[in-house]
Amino acid sequence: MNFILSIVVSSLAVVILVLIPWIGVGALDLRVIFGILVPYAAMATFFVGIVVRVVDWARSPVPFRIPTTAGQQWSFPWIKSNPIDNPKGNTGVIVRMIFEVLLFRSLFRNTRLEYRRTAEGMPKVDYEWEKWLWLAALVFHYSFFVIFLRHFRFFMEPVPGFVALLESLDGFMQMGVLPLNGLGLPGVYLTDMLLMMAVTYLFLRRIYISQTRYISLPADYFPLFLILGLGLTGILMRYFIRVDITAVKQLAVGLFKFSPTVPEGIGVIFFIHLFLISVLIAYFPFSKLMHFAGVFLSPTRNLSNNSRFKRHINPWNYPVKVHTYEEYEEDFREAMIEAGIPVEKESE
Amino acid sequence: MAKVTTPKPKETANIDHSPPLMKGWMNTPAEIRPGIYCYGAKPKNLEAVGMPFPKEWNPEDENWKLPENWKEIIEEGFKDRLDRFRSFKLFMDICVRCGACADKCHFFIGSGDPKNMPVLRAELIRSVYRKKFTKGGKLLGQFAGARELTEDVLKEWWYYLYQCTECRRCSLFCPYGIDTAEITIIGRELTNLLGLNTDWIAGPAANCFRTGNHLGIQPHAYKDMLDFFVDEIEGLTGIRVDYSLNRKGAEILFVTPSGDVFADPGTYTAMGYLMLFHYLQSQGLDITWSTYASEGGNFGYFTSHEMAKRLNAKMYAEAKRLGVKFIMGGECGHMWRVLNQYMDTFNGPADFLEEPVSPITGTKFENAKSTKMIHLVEFTADLIKHNKLKLDPSRNDHLKVTFHDSCNTSRGMGFLEEPRYVIRNVCNNFYEMPPNTIREQTFCCGSGSGLNAGEDMELRMRGGLPRANAVKYVHEKHGVNMLANICAIDRAALPTLMQYWVPGVEVTGVHEMVANALVFEGETKRTTDLRGNPLAGMEEEEDV
Ligand code: SF4
Ligand code: SF4
Repeated sequence: MNFILSIVVSSLAVVILVLIPWIGVGALDLRVIFGILVPYAAMATFFVGIVVRVVDWARSPVPFRIPTTAGQQWSFPWIKSNPIDNPKGNTGVIVRMIFEVLLFRSLFRNTRLEYRRTAEGMPKVDYEWEKWLWLAALVFHYSFFVIFLRHFRFFMEPVPGFVALLESLDGFMQMGVLPLNGLGLPGVYLTDMLLMMAVTYLFLRRIYISQTRYISLPADYFPLFLILGLGLTGILMRYFIRVDITAVKQLAVGLFKFSPTVPEGIGVIFFIHLFLISVLIAYFPFSKLMHFAGVFLSPTRNLSNNSRFKRHINPWNYPVKVHTYEEYEEDFREAMIEAGIPVEKESE
Repeated sequence: MAKVTTPKPKETANIDHSPPLMKGWMNTPAEIRPGIYCYGAKPKNLEAVGMPFPKEWNPEDENWKLPENWKEIIEEGFKDRLDRFRSFKLFMDICVRCGACADKCHFFIGSGDPKNMPVLRAELIRSVYRKKFTKGGKLLGQFAGARELTEDVLKEWWYYLYQCTECRRCSLFCPYGIDTAEITIIGRELTNLLGLNTDWIAGPAANCFRTGNHLGIQPHAYKDMLDFFVDEIEGLTGIRVDYSLNRKGAEILFVTPSGDVFADPGTYTAMGYLMLFHYLQSQGLDITWSTYASEGGNFGYFTSHEMAKRLNAKMYAEAKRLGVKFIMGGECGHMWRVLNQYMDTFNGPADFLEEPVSPITGTKFENAKSTKMIHLVEFTADLIKHNKLKLDPSRNDHLKVTFHDSCNTSRGMGFLEEPRYVIRNVCNNFYEMPPNTIREQTFCCGSGSGLNAGEDMELRMRGGLPRANAVKYVHEKHGVNMLANICAIDRAALPTLMQYWVPGVEVTGVHEMVANALVFEGETKRTTDLRGNPLAGMEEEEDV
C-alpha cells in the first residue's frame, strides 16, 4: 500500500462518517439514535475499552528492569548524577514521567539527519536542530485539551468558573484584532486556530518527509482527518452555520445527567460534529491513540535504574540448565593440573 | 558461499535516505544481500546448548529447512512473550509512527535502507502481531497495517533483526520510550525457536557454555596468555607482575571479556588490568581471575533471555565456589548492561557475597549493594580520587584521545563520568566528540550484539559510519589519534572501522592508558607505551 492509497482510504472513511449522520438525521430524522444512542454507546466503548486495554497490558509482568538511562547514574558522592534522566528512586521516576507526559521531553531531544558528501565523495553527517514535531505535538495536545475543557460550557449548568476563565483567556483575540470581529461574529478562539494548524502540520509533515510518508499507515491519517473534520464542523457551527445553542446545551446537559432528550431545532451540522467525536472516542481504545495511557506503563521510562542495589524480581523466573564447574573441571582437569591451575578433585 | 567484497568508502558513502515513493514496504520482500548478513548457525553450535532445530542452512537459499509447523511455533512463542513481557505487548500497541526514531539509528544513517528505521524494524513484527492478535488487523488486513506471516516475512524479520545492534538509541528519542532493542531481543528469541540464529552468535554462546568464554579458550591456554602478558610487561617495565587463577579464598573475583585476553588491542587493556592489580597488591588487593568464569560478555543475550541467564550464571557460581567477597567486572559494554539490568534478577540473590568495599580506600560501593559486582573503572576512579595511584599522564602525551561511550553502558546504565574521570587523570590530551554523538546519545560501533563477524563487513562499516564521522571531526579538528572505550567489542570492531573511514586513529581500552601512566616503584625507565610505540620525547632514543 502506498501513501496515496492510505490517504484516499482514510479520508474516504471520514467522508462516509460525515455522510452517515447527515443522511441519518437530515434525511431519515433519526435524532434519537444520533443524539442519544450513538454518544452513549461511544462513551461506554471508550471507558470500558480503555480499562480493558490497560488491564490487559498490566497483566503482563515487567520481568526485567530496563529503563533507558539518559544521564549519569547514581555513583560516588563526588560524581554528579542525573536524578531525572537516570532516576535512582521513585521521586526521580515521577519527575521524569511528568516531564515526559506534560512536556514530551524525549521528543524534545529530536534532531534531523543531514547527510552530505564532500567534494571527494566522503560522507559528512550532521544532526540539525528540529523542534517542530515537538512543538506541533505540544500545541496539538494542549489545544485539544483546552477545547475539551471549554466544552464544559455545554455540559454543565451553571458554567463552572474555570471554564469561563479559560474562555476569556482563549478568546482574547476578539478585542477587535481580527476583521471577523467587525462582522458580528463571535470571537475567535486561539486554540481553535492552533489545533487546526497543528493537525494540518502533522498531516503535511507525514507526506512531506519521505521517511514518515513511507511508514505511515491509514491508521495514522485517519485520526488526523477525523480531528480535522471535528474541528471544521465545530468552526462551521460557531461562525457560519449557527445552531440553536440553547437546544444543544439542553441535549448535552441531558446526556450528562442521564436524562437525555433531543430538543427540536438543532441543525444537522451539530449531529455530524457529535457523530465524529463519538467515532473518535469509540475508536480510541482500539487504536494507537492508546499511547496516551501506554506512556505511563512504559518500562523504559517508569522504572528507576536501581537494579544494582535493589533486586528486581521476575515473577516467572525459572531454573535453567547451566554448565556447572564440576562438569567443566571434568572436561579439562588434566590440562588444568598440568598448567598448575588449582582443581577441586585431583585426578585418580 | 562466495567471498564477499566490501565496497570502497566512497561507494558506501553513496546513500539515499529517501524511501521509494510509490511502493509500500509491506509487499517489498527483503533481498538478503551478502556483506550485510551473518552466516546461519551451524548445527553443532545449537546442539551444544540444546537449542531447537539445528541444521545446515544458508540464508541466501530459497529453502530454509523450516519445520512443518513453523508458523504455530512462532505464533505460540509470540503469544507467550506477549504474556511475559509488558514491554513487548505495550510496544506492539502504542507506536504512533511519528518517525522521531527514524533517523536516529546508525544502520539507517549508514545504509538508507528504510527497514533499518527503528520504527519500521518494529513494524515488520507489529504487522504480524496485528494480523494474529488484534481484531482490526484480522478484519481489515493491510488497511490496518496487518499482514500474514509468510516465509518471506520470516526471512525479512531475520534479515533485519540481525541488523540491529540493540543499542537503544532509538528508545532515547521515542516519546513513549519504545525500545526497538527490546523488540529485536524478543524477535531474535522467536527466530531461535526455529534454529535461525547466526553462527557468529551461536558459536561464541556454545563456546562460552563449555569452556567458560566466547573464544573457546581452554584453561591452560588462558593461563598461557596471561603468562605471556606477564613476560611482556616485564620486558617493558622490568616489573614481574603477579596474578592468580581460580584461587579460593581471594577477596575479589575478576571477570572480564575474553576478547581482552586474546585479541589486539584488547590484550593491552588486559595487560593494564594485570599491572593495576599488581600495583595494588602491596596496598592489600587480593584478587583472582577465573578460567571457569572467563567471560564477561554474554552472547546468550543476543540469543534469548534464557540463554543469557544460562551463561551469566557462572559468575555467581564461581564467586560462591571460590568464596570471594565480591566480584569486579572489566571493561565491556553489553556485559555491563546484563550485569546492571539482568544479573541479579536472573541469578540472584547473591546473599553469599558481601557488599563491595574497596580494600584500598574503604569506599563502599553502595550502588552495587545488591548485585555485589562493581565496575573496574569505578574502582579505579575511586582510587584516583583518593590519590592511591602514582600517575604520570605525560606518558600518554603521544596520544590525543577521544572517548566513545558504549551503547550499553550509556543507555543501559548511565556510566558516563567515571571513565572520563579516569581518562582525564591519566592523559593530558582529551577531546570530546560533538554532543549529539556521545554520552546518552552515543552512536554504536556498528558491530554490537553479535554482529562483529567478518562476512557482514559492509553492514558493520555502514553501521559504524555515524561514529566514525564524529571521530573524524575531532581527528581533523584536534588531531585525535586514539579512540578510547570501555568495551571489548569496541576494541575488536573499531580498529577496522577506523581504518575504513578515519585512517590514523587507533583504539584503546581505558586501562591500557592507566597502565601507561602508572608509576611503579623500581620500574625501568619507560621509553614506549604498552604497544611498543615511543613515548612523546622518546622518539630519539627509540631510533638509536
Ligand atoms: S519514536 Fe516511538 S512512536 Fe515515534 S515512530 Fe518511533 S517508535 Fe513509534
Ligand atoms: S536499537 Fe539501535 S540498532 Fe536497533 S533499531 Fe534502535 S537505533 Fe537501530
